[in-house]
Amino acid sequence: MMGFQPVILATDALIYLLVILALAFAWYTRRHAHLRAPWRRVAASRTAMGALVVIAVYVVIGLLDTLHFRPASGEDAQGHARYASEVQSVLDLLATPLVAHREKTYSAPFATHLYTRETIELPGGGQVRDFPRLKWGGAHLGDPARRAGDIAWRSAAGVALGAAAWLLWMALALRRHPGGWRAWWADPGRAPMRTAAWVWLVVLILAGLVLTLAGVYHILGTDKVGEDVFYQSLKSIRTGLVIGTLTTLVMLPAAILLGIMAGYFRGWVDDVIQYLYTTLSSVPGVLLIAAAVLMMQIYMNNHQDEFNSLTERADLRLLFLCVILGVTSWTSLCRLLRGETLKLRQLEYVQAAQAFGVGHFTTLMRHILPNVMHIVLIVVVLDFSGLVLAEAVLSYINIGVDPNTNSWGNMINSARLELAREPVVWWSLAAAFVFMFVLVLAANLFADVVRDAFDPRLRERS
Amino acid sequence: MMAYIVRRLLYAIPILIGVNLLTFVLFFVVNSPDDMARMHLGVKRVTDAAIQQWKHERGYDKPLVWNEQAEGAGHLTDTIFFDKSLRLFAFDFGQSDSGRNIGHDISQRMWPSLAIAVPVMLVGLLVNISFSLLLAFFRGTYLDFWGVVLCVAMMSISGLFYIIGGQVLLGKLLNLFPISGYDTGPHAWKFLVLPVVIGVVSAIGAGSRWYRTLFLEEINKDFVRSARAKGLSEQRVLFVHVLRNALIPILTGVVVILPSLFMGSLLLESFFGVPGLGSYTIDAINRQDFAIVRAMVFLGAVLYILGLLLTDISYTIADPRVRLE
Amino acid sequence: MGDKLPESRILFKTYRPNIRWWICCLALLASGCGAPPWNNPYPRDEVSRAVFFSSFSERPKFLDPARSYSSNEWAFISQVYEPPLQYHFLKRPYQLVPLTAAAMPEVIHYDAAGRRLPADADPARVASSEYRIRIRPGIRYQPHPAFARAPDGGYRYWPLSEGDLAGRYTLDDFPERDSRELSAADYVYQIKRLAVPANHSPIAGLMSEHIEGFAEFAKLVQARQKQDRAAGRLWTDLRPLRMRGVKTLDRYTYSIRIRGVYPQFIYWLAMNFFAPMPWEAERFYAQPGMAERNITLNWYPVGTGPFMLTENNPNLRMVLSRNPNFHGEAYPSEGTEAQRRAGLLDDAGRPMPFIDKAVYSLEKEAIPRWNKFLQGYYDSSGIASDSFDQAIQIGANGEASLTPEMREKGILLDTAVETSVFYLGFNMRDPVVGGRPGDPQDQARARKLRQAISIAVDWEEFISIFNNGRGQAAQGPLPPGIFGYRAGRQGLNPVVYRWRDGRPERRTLAEAKRLLAEAGYPDGIDPATGNALILYYDTAQSGPGSKSLLQWYVNQFKKLGIQLVVRTTDYNRFQEKMLKGTEQIFSWGWNADYPDPENFLFLLYGPNGKVEHHGENAANYHNAEFDALFDRMKNMPNGPRRQAVIDRMVDIVRRDAPWLFGYFPKGFSLHHAWYHNALPHLMANNTLKYKRIDGRLRAQKQKEWNQPVLWPAWVLLALLVLTAVPAVRDYRARERSRAR
Repeated sequence: MMGFQPVILATDALIYLLVILALAFAWYTRRHAHLRAPWRRVAASRTAMGALVVIAVYVVIGLLDTLHFRPASGEDAQGHARYASEVQSVLDLLATPLVAHREKTYSAPFATHLYTRETIELPGGGQVRDFPRLKWGGAHLGDPARRAGDIAWRSAAGVALGAAAWLLWMALALRRHPGGWRAWWADPGRAPMRTAAWVWLVVLILAGLVLTLAGVYHILGTDKVGEDVFYQSLKSIRTGLVIGTLTTLVMLPAAILLGIMAGYFRGWVDDVIQYLYTTLSSVPGVLLIAAAVLMMQIYMNNHQDEFNSLTERADLRLLFLCVILGVTSWTSLCRLLRGETLKLRQLEYVQAAQAFGVGHFTTLMRHILPNVMHIVLIVVVLDFSGLVLAEAVLSYINIGVDPNTNSWGNMINSARLELAREPVVWWSLAAAFVFMFVLVLAANLFADVVRDAFDPRLRERS
Repeated sequence: MMAYIVRRLLYAIPILIGVNLLTFVLFFVVNSPDDMARMHLGVKRVTDAAIQQWKHERGYDKPLVWNEQAEGAGHLTDTIFFDKSLRLFAFDFGQSDSGRNIGHDISQRMWPSLAIAVPVMLVGLLVNISFSLLLAFFRGTYLDFWGVVLCVAMMSISGLFYIIGGQVLLGKLLNLFPISGYDTGPHAWKFLVLPVVIGVVSAIGAGSRWYRTLFLEEINKDFVRSARAKGLSEQRVLFVHVLRNALIPILTGVVVILPSLFMGSLLLESFFGVPGLGSYTIDAINRQDFAIVRAMVFLGAVLYILGLLLTDISYTIADPRVRLE
Repeated sequence: MGDKLPESRILFKTYRPNIRWWICCLALLASGCGAPPWNNPYPRDEVSRAVFFSSFSERPKFLDPARSYSSNEWAFISQVYEPPLQYHFLKRPYQLVPLTAAAMPEVIHYDAAGRRLPADADPARVASSEYRIRIRPGIRYQPHPAFARAPDGGYRYWPLSEGDLAGRYTLDDFPERDSRELSAADYVYQIKRLAVPANHSPIAGLMSEHIEGFAEFAKLVQARQKQDRAAGRLWTDLRPLRMRGVKTLDRYTYSIRIRGVYPQFIYWLAMNFFAPMPWEAERFYAQPGMAERNITLNWYPVGTGPFMLTENNPNLRMVLSRNPNFHGEAYPSEGTEAQRRAGLLDDAGRPMPFIDKAVYSLEKEAIPRWNKFLQGYYDSSGIASDSFDQAIQIGANGEASLTPEMREKGILLDTAVETSVFYLGFNMRDPVVGGRPGDPQDQARARKLRQAISIAVDWEEFISIFNNGRGQAAQGPLPPGIFGYRAGRQGLNPVVYRWRDGRPERRTLAEAKRLLAEAGYPDGIDPATGNALILYYDTAQSGPGSKSLLQWYVNQFKKLGIQLVVRTTDYNRFQEKMLKGTEQIFSWGWNADYPDPENFLFLLYGPNGKVEHHGENAANYHNAEFDALFDRMKNMPNGPRRQAVIDRMVDIVRRDAPWLFGYFPKGFSLHHAWYHNALPHLMANNTLKYKRIDGRLRAQKQKEWNQPVLWPAWVLLALLVLTAVPAVRDYRARERSRAR
């Protein structure tokens, strides 16, 4: 049995923190009826439940990709285990065939041959210019002509597998349901859950197809250096989620603190904070981001020894990008919170607290903060999809994530050149598009419902 | 009112100083003047003497914000920051580091930026408002539902896809418009169609959805209900009452972005090779022409502050109840 | 009631022909017959004339010939400025011929006492060499306001006050033009300009080592400029200031004296640095207010060449037009039989230039550029790696030819191995890959490590993936076409290759691993850490293609079990690292200045080290024997003796392996059938005058290839109408229910 050494990268730690916070928040919400109510409204929406399933699938993949470790690579002289310097994630482990099946260069989805002609040496001497057979894609087929039949057969098996898994799941889930599945199916109040179940069926069927097909074909083709595009798309999920969530997480403390302080204390505190955010938001965001990204590179150059592995360097750059995006986007939340706090402090119970000589800190914590949390939540949810999209644009102007990181932005960026190829290499772009579109669409739909459920009035301000 | 505007303008000064300080510090942390000199002098055969000379000619051989050597006020004034940013306040942008007159360049490159940004805004406004009025008209029906889904779907597509797709489809496959480029004079429209169409289409999702919520909010107000109760036709209600009332938030939304139209669109301009201010800025960053970068940041900040001010003023004009304190 | 009927009939009547007209129009549009191309980015009348359409991707920074040192700038100014010599357009290997000079320069050697030596004197005895250049009389400058005279005999546009400049923003705002004859003094003036520190000439450092009196002149002129500035004069006249080594002998003759011998100097005389500069132009541009209006020598060149820059808007386009005062030059008539068959001698003896105008449009992105070429809007194009398969197919024997799609369009292909090298260098100052200085054992270890890596990094694969086979894996630092290069078995790099079946074959990975084990890294394991050996690759690469490229490098090192860490930084940081010598492995390229082996081997010459001497030896390689041989080689004439020295030098660097020699890129360029005389020339930049355009054919093809396709628009419209149907029905239903 090979051992392993767990590794926690900087973004991993923050993701774990985020998960803990989310769980704590959920637990807290469950215990307070007034907090539960809006979530009930969310749960009553069919769109939200369907979208939630999709988001959950992405999150699970992202979390699998967050569990990092170093596999053991042998033993040293003293018999202590030695670990590889390269960091892997659980997702890499699960997708081992995808990683290992590297071709030479481009190949189309489900192809058995390379996409470009090469000079092939004939066994009897002489050369011919043709499409060489892929090393892995469809390698199990003796004769490439049998491909269509094989794909059909495997797809059927995949669909069956997915459907069976779904039936099993439903059976287990509805085992205890009073009145059995028939009652559940007929219950109009369960309509959102049924939507979720249908989406879940689609997800499981797709998973079944991946299981039966991805091992022997490159289902989304390969890129310029022969890496599996499906694998890249899966790896990009974590990057997208990290940018979408950690950015807001890192900006939250500053935005909340400054926002409610400005609204609560007013006077010179308000002036200073307003000055701060007006100045920051006056600088065109792209310039700020570009400068900060370059600054980070300088920092990394000066501290080269600290980031030995590729993964660590790339991870730090990702984290830094989140921080920078956070810095440029905290101002709007800060402004919203300031406005809300200005309103709240006029309310009687806050005035009363002040009159009773309750300390500022206690007032802020007890009366103001809980009452602006819904704004924070809404902004977090709403910003998510925008940030995922922003990553792609930043990669375009070379100030996005590290070029070694898998991300949709990087995929789109390299796909620009591929589009000019003839015949066109479309699959990288298409894969990035589909993966990104599904996530952003689900997030947008979910965010809409959350916003409506928590504060319909806020619509006009966002 | 006048007093308010003057006060706001005065208030802008410390903000602009802050913006400048930020720009200078950020830029100089990233690029030392030596780097800039090396970048400008080229790759092959650059000597130290040439670098010193280059820095001296452009005044980059002084300290950034604090001059140890100088006397009295010279501590602060005999520095790069003071030298360079004081002139910005007089809108004297001076020479770029490669020797071009920035003011003249900006006045030239402003027009292509506007030629794209203004049609995108106007056509976009028209398309978005008509589409969202339609949605509002059919509110609650399946048309509304699918319309909103369409909007959300369009919002979920990265802007890069619109540009790449538009170029390939309309320019390459259908041969309708030049794929990229720009021209002045009577030929200009040919080059503008594609970027403007892409600019408008990519904004339909977010824009229409926002206007739809605006309209729905107005529709649910009491005076609209009473108008409808009086037997006014739906079209009349929509066009006369709803649209007119919703115009206030729409207009104030437009006013905010008016000044920033000058800055141009970064993505559209660099993809289509339009010589506007957006691509000017990106080029300057890539070439590390600090003189242009600081001028553009300063200009951007001024326009942003102007936008905020205009918004406040337009509120008072649209709604006399709002008083500027 | 009775009135209404006729009215509607009238309406109908007037409308009917209109409808028919519309149908005609639509049919015409749908089929597209006869319509001029909609997507034509140029004015229609220019397409059929002798106008050359091309593109540029980056704004040229400097157009001043004293300063400009990159090919994208030379593409413009080489058509405008004329140095005394040029390369022959057709002859290979490249050969210099006179341009404005009446004959090739006369070279006279002197010894230390100033006595004239015979031409074949031993270089060691030569203390200085004089290049005497006689130019042809009667050559005139392009029309330019700097030459324009006022009726009183003074200059029309000098001196100008700030007020005179009001409303003038470009050179076109100075309508009066004149010209004057080119004189030898103009060449001397330009050489003086090279020495002026404020001009930042990139070759000032190099020339001060060679031209006599160059360095003193720089000091002199700096002092003079200071005085002039103090007196409020913006322009310092260089004419009265003397440079010891450069003299005007008479109106058409000048001479340049250089220290010792420097046989490569003659090549410099074919570069724009040595083009003539009329002092009037410099004085004109130096007037107060000109720089603020961007009217400078960097923006508006003034020369004697076949073209002049008439529109300079680098954010949009640059236009070169025919110079009406051009002295005339005939298309060369000496060429090989193959060139004759290729039609390259069709124009022999005809007066050049053949085109009236060249329009260069700004095109930053590769995709639009390629598509516009295919649409016929650019006359020639390179081939990006990604559009290669569309354009080129490689035959069974590895010869490249065009795909049927391209041939159908009449597109033609030119190929040439470029005189440049792209390599991966080791920083020899780094203890891991360079070895500890003064420790021969450790240096042997490092050498084995470098050799192992040299074998493992598979450049053939690199060329095939990233360059579509457009390149030749390098066996040493010298590219083909440069003297000293050896082809075939003699040119084999035995450290990395073995000869098999009549061609070089890369040694096996097993051999590389054995070398690696001998170096002390069995299976790539670093004994110090017990883990994979970590090496660092420093690069400033970024952009769309870089991810796959960097991934490829990592994979190559992984084959040996070495972990390659890529440190990407911005350009500045990379330069700084190279200057400080803190990088470990880097990639670098070199483009020949002139076709001489000295220009490549000096990249490995110890006294040229990047860190210690700020030279071009980026690997900081230092080998005493190599350096001694280099000193000998550089002054030798081409011949077997020089070849022997070069062979020895190349052997030394192969064994030491300070570079992975990488590859010599092969340039492929495409051009349309209407574009003639498109022979690639790697040294000359002034080739626009040789080009000929068949505008009629172009106009016809453009029309053929660019018929607008409109049916999708109709489909879209139909779809919209279809979706409107239920909406209208819904609306009707609602109205009805309201009415009820």
